[in-house]
Amino acid sequence: MLSVEDLSISFGGLDALSGLSLEVTEREIFALIGPNGAGKSTVFNVVTGLYRPSRGRVTFRGDDLLALAPHEIARRGVGRTFQNTEVFRQLTAIDNVLVGRHAHLRSGVLRGAFGLASVRREEAEARELARRLLARLGLAEVADTEAGSLPLGYQKRLELARALAAEPRLLLLDEPAGGLNPTETQTLMKLIQRLRDESGLTLLLVEHDMELVMGISDRVAVLDYGRKIAEGKPREIAADPAVVEAYLGSGDGA
Amino acid sequence: MRRAALATGAVVVLGLPWAVPRYFVFLASLIVVNSIVAIGLNLLSGYTNQLSFGHAGFLAIGAYTGALLTIHAPALPVPAALLVAGLVTAAVGLALGIPCLRLEGLYLAMATLAFGFVVVEAILNLDWITRGNDGLRVPAARLGPIALATDTARYYLTVAVAALLILAALNIARTRTGRALLAVRESEIAAQASGVHLAAYKTLAFVLSAFYTGVAGGLFALVVGFLSPDSFDVFLSVDFVAMIIVGGLGSVPGSVLGAAVITTLNDSLAGFQNYRPLIFGAILIASMLFMPGGIASALRKLSVAGAAGYPGTAPPAAKPRQGDDP
Ligand SMILES: Nc1ncnc2c1ncn2[C@@H]1O[C@H](COP(=O)(O)OP(=O)(O)OP(=O)(O)O)[C@@H](O)[C@H]1O
Ligand SMILES: [Mg+2]
Repeated sequence: MLSVEDLSISFGGLDALSGLSLEVTEREIFALIGPNGAGKSTVFNVVTGLYRPSRGRVTFRGDDLLALAPHEIARRGVGRTFQNTEVFRQLTAIDNVLVGRHAHLRSGVLRGAFGLASVRREEAEARELARRLLARLGLAEVADTEAGSLPLGYQKRLELARALAAEPRLLLLDEPAGGLNPTETQTLMKLIQRLRDESGLTLLLVEHDMELVMGISDRVAVLDYGRKIAEGKPREIAADPAVVEAYLGSGDGA
Repeated sequence: MRRAALATGAVVVLGLPWAVPRYFVFLASLIVVNSIVAIGLNLLSGYTNQLSFGHAGFLAIGAYTGALLTIHAPALPVPAALLVAGLVTAAVGLALGIPCLRLEGLYLAMATLAFGFVVVEAILNLDWITRGNDGLRVPAARLGPIALATDTARYYLTVAVAALLILAALNIARTRTGRALLAVRESEIAAQASGVHLAAYKTLAFVLSAFYTGVAGGLFALVVGFLSPDSFDVFLSVDFVAMIIVGGLGSVPGSVLGAAVITTLNDSLAGFQNYRPLIFGAILIASMLFMPGGIASALRKLSVAGAAGYPGTAPPAAKPRQGDDP
């Protein structure tokens, strides 16, 4: 479904990714792990069109993503969340989710300005859907609260709700459990599994929480200094000497 | 409560010409015209964070377009002339907005500032049609059989047009377009990840902003009755920026309040031209320090605090009050 081939990108002499290839298949939960600075978020930023790689190919369901602008990639069904949450801080939680619904709504500036009945109907339906999504993520109480004033755990879930509002086929989650407590992480794990099992989503996730990664992933790829050093089933990865070496070598036990 | 306030406001606005001297009717018209500009500027600066110091230029384009239509096509009904003034200005907004996509912050401010100067220069150079520094006298416009020859008639025209434009702005603000504009301001990368076409919405903000300001320009020509390039200098552009800062960035009602405050202040300080920059600077700094969200947000906070102050009427803690516009 998503295929990344021979991807390289560097920032001022630093090779953030060198010759990386990945193949994510439909309805899979694929985890990308690795020490800090390994290039995990950079993969997300290339796939979603924010960074232009110096070499490589990225295709999603037959489309060449490198030829598309970020909003076009989103409209093809690639959703994402951000490592350092990027909620629309001064918008209410429900408005955040409604922005996520943007591509599915039709009303343009003129029809909106005249407040036509069709626009009002569309708005009402979108609000209904947004409220359901907020409720599903346990955010019903804060629907009308400014997103910037919410605690981090709430902002993370709000980003997820916003991404889901677009009904993506592939969802990229950058450290979804970062800053969550163990109970919240448990709930998140169940949610991610339900998204795949019930809604048929494909998930690519970056995560430092090994319990989560090992618990729900079908496959895991390990990055170190921009290269893939291992790939396989969670159990195989946990036993791989190169992986153990990379983690111990970086002095970061995460 | 809200309904009562709106009804009172409507009665005051509509009854005003019968209660105050003629000069104040003229001043009120000017406030209404400036409110439209402030809303337009807010759609650009408050909603998408693109600061403009060139809105006097847009106002001038709308004003001269409206005036020339009134002079050379007297049969054209006023609403049509105002619409054309808005559309011509919007087209210029599009032409300016596209190259400005590459600019941010200070550079954008400089580019729009330069645009304002270019417009004034153009008016001077096109003197065969604009009469340059001699100025252009604008005849009374006609609305069917009625000539809009009195301050009161012109006041009602501006109020009617402003009411429509305010309604439209509120509708835009609370639907898909308004949310997309705000999303662009809050986080460009997250907006794009939600499928929002960044360049399209930034340009749209320019076009909308120019349209509002162009219509306001057409009204300005009719209200003032005489146009000359020096009415559209950079200080006017700064006044517009002051209106949205004092009133509240990103707020439609705030735009109207800011326009009222700055226009009235300008009028009362007319005799103290030398001290104007000083007084204006002080007001701007004070408002940024003590009312960072402008009058709109100060009022909102007051009303929330007021409601919470009375036991029994306090809103449930888990449901903070939503602003009257996003
Ligand atoms: N926009 C950028 N400009 C310059 N350097 C960058 C940029 N983005 C990433 N880098 C660099 O590329 C390398 C990989 O960064 P990346 O954010 O992908 O790491 P990561 O694996 O997500 O790490 P972490 O676990 O800390 O989030 C780092 O050395 C980082 O400093
Ligand atoms: Mg990262």
